[in-house]
Amino acid sequence: MHIPDGFLDPDVAAAAAVVSVGVVGYSLRRAEHELDERRVPLLGVTAAFVFAVQMLNFPVAGGTSGHLLGAALAAILLGPWLACLVMTVVITSQAFVFADGGISALGANVLNMGIIGALGVGYLMVWARHVLPRTRAGFLAVVAGGSWLAVMAGATAASLELALSGTVPLGTVLPAMLGVHALIGIGEAVITVAAVAAVMVSRPDLLTVRSLRRRAGGAQAIRGAA
Amino acid sequence: MSRRLFLALVLAVAVALAFAASPYASSSPDGLERVATDKGFVERGKLHSAQHHSPIADYAFPGIGDPRLATGVAGFVGTLGVFAVGYGVARVARRTRP
Repeated sequence: MHIPDGFLDPDVAAAAAVVSVGVVGYSLRRAEHELDERRVPLLGVTAAFVFAVQMLNFPVAGGTSGHLLGAALAAILLGPWLACLVMTVVITSQAFVFADGGISALGANVLNMGIIGALGVGYLMVWARHVLPRTRAGFLAVVAGGSWLAVMAGATAASLELALSGTVPLGTVLPAMLGVHALIGIGEAVITVAAVAAVMVSRPDLLTVRSLRRRAGGAQAIRGAA
Repeated sequence: MSRRLFLALVLAVAVALAFAASPYASSSPDGLERVATDKGFVERGKLHSAQHHSPIADYAFPGIGDPRLATGVAGFVGTLGVFAVGYGVARVARRTRP
C-alpha cells in the first residue's frame, strides 16, 4: 500500500509529513530508553526481514497481489516504538533507493504503515495481552488479530488521505481498499502467526509483547513495551 | 542456539528469500494499485524528481540483463543494506542516551 507521488494533494502530504516527523522523532527518543544492547542487532535484522518479505508478493483474488506488511511482526518482536522505527527505515529505504512509494508521500506512508500500523496497532496488542487469557493460544490470537488489523488500519488511513486530497471519493475508495486488504490481511495474519510461533519455539526471549505467564521477565517486557 | 547465532540465521533466511524467492513473486498489481486502476486514478502516479536516478529502481539491479537475476540481486543487496541502516539507526539512537 505504498502511495506513489501524485496521488496526494501537497497539503495532505505535508500534514502527514509533519505528523510523521514528530512521532518518528519521539520514537527515536523512546529508543534511547528501550534499546538495550541486545535489541540493537534485533532491530537491524527485523528491518532486513520486513524489507525482504515485502518483496514477496503473493497472489490474492482477481489478478491482485499482496505482500507482508510486517508492522505487527515488528511490534511483537520489538514493542510499538522500536517497530515504528523499523517501518520508517524500511519505507524510507524503499522510497529513496528502489523508487517504491513516493518522496512527497513518504510522510503519509510512514504514518499509515509505521505509526498507525506498527505503533498504534502495536499498543492495541499490548493492551489486548493484558485483557485476554495469558495462554499461548490467547497470545497467537492477539498476533493474528493485530496483523489483520494493521493492514486494515493502514488501508483505511490511505483511503482517507486519498479522499482528503480530492483524488477519489471516500465512498468509492474505502470499500474497495478494505475489500482487497481484508484478503491481504488474512495472508498477513497467517504468515505472522507462523513466524511468531517459530520464534516462540526457538528464542521466546526475542518476543517483547509476550508474557505467557505473570513472571518477572514477562511483566518487565510489557512494561518496556508500554 | 545463542541469540547472536539465531539472529544471523534469520538474517541469512531473509537474504535468501529476497535473493531466491523474490524473482518468482507475483507481479500482479498490489491492493492500492488495483484500486487505483479500477477507480481511474492510477495515471496520477509519478516518480519524484529525486527518484529519476534511483540506484535500484523497481527492484531491478542495474546492468544485469536477466530480469529475474536483476531482481534477486536487488533483493540480496537491499536486504543487507536495510540491515545496515537499521543497525546503524539503532546504534546511533542508543548512543544519544543523555
